[in-house]
Amino acid sequence: MIATEQRDGAQTLLKCLEAGGIEVIFGYSGGAALPIFDALETAGTNIKFILTRHEQGAAHMADGYARATGKPACVLVTSGPGAGNTITGIMTAHMDSIPMIIISGQQVTWMLGKDAFQEADIFGITMPIVKHSYLVKDSEDIPRVTKEALHIATTGRPGPVLIDMPKNISQGPCTASLDVDIDLPGYHPESSFEVDSDAVAAAATALKASKRPVILAGHGAMLAHAGPELKELAETCGIPVTSTLLGKGIFDETHELSLGMLGMHGTAYANKAIVEADLIFNVGSRFDDRIIGQPDKFGRNATILHIDIDPSEMGKMIRPDLKIVGDAKVILAELNKHIEPLETTEWLATLDGYKKRFPLHYKKQGGLKMQHVLDVLDRLTDSRAVITTDVGQHQMWSAQFNKSRDPWNWISSGGAGTMGFGFPAAIGAQIGRPDDIVVAVVGDGGFQMTLFELSTAVLQKLPVKILVLNNHFLGMVRQWQELFFDNRKSGVDLEGNPDFVKLAESYGAKGFQIKRPADIEKVLSRALEYNDGPCLINCEVVKEDNVFPMIPAGAALEDMIIEKPKQKMAKPVGST
Amino acid sequence: MTNRIETTDLPLTLELPEHEYPLHTISVLVNNKPGVLARIAQVFSRRGYNIESLVVSPAAEADFSRMTIGARGEASGLDQIKAQCNKLIDVISCYDHTDDEIVAKELALVKVAVGAEGRGEALQIAEHFGCKTLDLAPESLVLMVTGDSGKLDAMIGMMQKFGIIELVRTGKVVMTRGKGMT
Repeated sequence: MIATEQRDGAQTLLKCLEAGGIEVIFGYSGGAALPIFDALETAGTNIKFILTRHEQGAAHMADGYARATGKPACVLVTSGPGAGNTITGIMTAHMDSIPMIIISGQQVTWMLGKDAFQEADIFGITMPIVKHSYLVKDSEDIPRVTKEALHIATTGRPGPVLIDMPKNISQGPCTASLDVDIDLPGYHPESSFEVDSDAVAAAATALKASKRPVILAGHGAMLAHAGPELKELAETCGIPVTSTLLGKGIFDETHELSLGMLGMHGTAYANKAIVEADLIFNVGSRFDDRIIGQPDKFGRNATILHIDIDPSEMGKMIRPDLKIVGDAKVILAELNKHIEPLETTEWLATLDGYKKRFPLHYKKQGGLKMQHVLDVLDRLTDSRAVITTDVGQHQMWSAQFNKSRDPWNWISSGGAGTMGFGFPAAIGAQIGRPDDIVVAVVGDGGFQMTLFELSTAVLQKLPVKILVLNNHFLGMVRQWQELFFDNRKSGVDLEGNPDFVKLAESYGAKGFQIKRPADIEKVLSRALEYNDGPCLINCEVVKEDNVFPMIPAGAALEDMIIEKPKQKMAKPVGST
Repeated sequence: MTNRIETTDLPLTLELPEHEYPLHTISVLVNNKPGVLARIAQVFSRRGYNIESLVVSPAAEADFSRMTIGARGEASGLDQIKAQCNKLIDVISCYDHTDDEIVAKELALVKVAVGAEGRGEALQIAEHFGCKTLDLAPESLVLMVTGDSGKLDAMIGMMQKFGIIELVRTGKVVMTRGKGMT
């Protein structure tokens, strides 16, 4: 135990982080963060430090850790380029509401704004991509700032909070008590737990009047741990459930009421359910453009109920008929007191018909398919593995064929769409859940953006499985070029890929190869059983294949295409 | 068809030229801390809205500041901006007072290019608007005018004929009448 009078700012910081529930810090050292790195050795905390190979890797690992455990994660980097390298990671966490504390070392206070060595105004640079941020200018503020940062990151709609810590502040003495009060007069997340009973009653009435209801479960339901309440609502009333990409697993996708994921590459039956529903009950989704397509056509024949913890999401994309602001778990628990079975037999039969007519499908012949690999992976893991992904075709097929049965198992960069996210996120997830199977499903493009973290995974002896779905292309962009740009391939050919198996082996990881459909089951089984550190499975999949169903960006859900049309398609009006 | 408003709310490009939208007056009570102004300005700029006037001053309680922001644009867009301002940790409250019962005042300093010749007429106009003469020089006058923004516009308009050398306006400050809180 360090006596108060001997405690410096850095030691105080670590003690406060530990008291606030931080168990692991992911990071990379540097000059301005030296006192904090020294405190890792001297503060006497049990916080585990994971040295990464790049600050972006650290941020994604922390993100993956938070998404797999529900606990806040922490990143520690130095000033200037160190802090700058975390930006993609912070943005990714911010878009997907992930609780994260980023501590950046900073130049000494009297050098701020003077273009000192490795000085960057990271407080200013990150302002649009954090929930909140601090530039600490007095060592005595450290206990309050740390406590506030953790409180802000983990309550309400979670998000990343940055603490910029000048070197003289972390080095200076701190006599302030560790047990200080927070001072946030403008922040009242506790109000999320006050239920508007009138609104809940109105929701119950709307449900009763509905003949074709559908529940749209989003990440907010996950973050609120609302799975049991959602299940009770769906089962009691007989309401089918579709989820967003980030909502995968909040409702068991093998459940007969599950429609899987909706949206741009969602299942045909989920999208048809939304189009034909007379009531859309959005629980904790922000009506992202990937799921609503053309906003003025979305759910235009339906009553729309929207639960969200963030008032600014109400009417941002879709104006609901009824909004209930607050915590999804508390609201659904209250609603469940008022519900009764609905007559939805006919509706469910209609949707079952769609499931049979428009199933997710692929051909097992004609080369190795990503879908086939992912389908077998799902079967071999009984849909129970933690899956992380990058962004692109492999992500969408993984979302389609990996049936998420449990919450906190599906980890994917949704809002930001960050390539290079999947592998480091898997490392973070495996550190948070050492006993579970963690598979990073990545493409050859995204993997090469952060593959240097193989060192980190090997050093930590983490049994992460890296499934490289290698088509030697940036597949999703190539798909768009094929469909909308006369198949002109521009900037998508990844010629010069390394031999990923040899690459893994050179880092000291195990490498596997899948080249034929016949190899899938045998090789995947061996890889899943391999627990002696990380392993990489390189899958030489067919080079050109397209993800369907597809709703071209900005098109309405009813304009979904199930397979590649014969005629040329107009360029989408939506963004990307 | 339900009673919902069908279209998406937030066109980034305004349908009309910006100056054709009514001026909204938004009052924000904030923590008096570094960076707060930048955070609020970012909420406006990210949506493509221009801040027309801005007054920042200490609030009645220590540790807080009052920002009064004038901006033009789609009302629904400004609603979204208001909601996003309210989300900022450093924002205590954020209200659009456009349709409220408020008193709204502004102050302007106007340096008018007037010598001995037109001075009498200029001072007569100034008196009509209740202006205070702050400086009298051989070739210029500095006048102070206070009141609502329309009155300031009218006074400045009347001074145009003499030539305005410099103009500084504070931007509008507002307060709700009676029991309502700003």
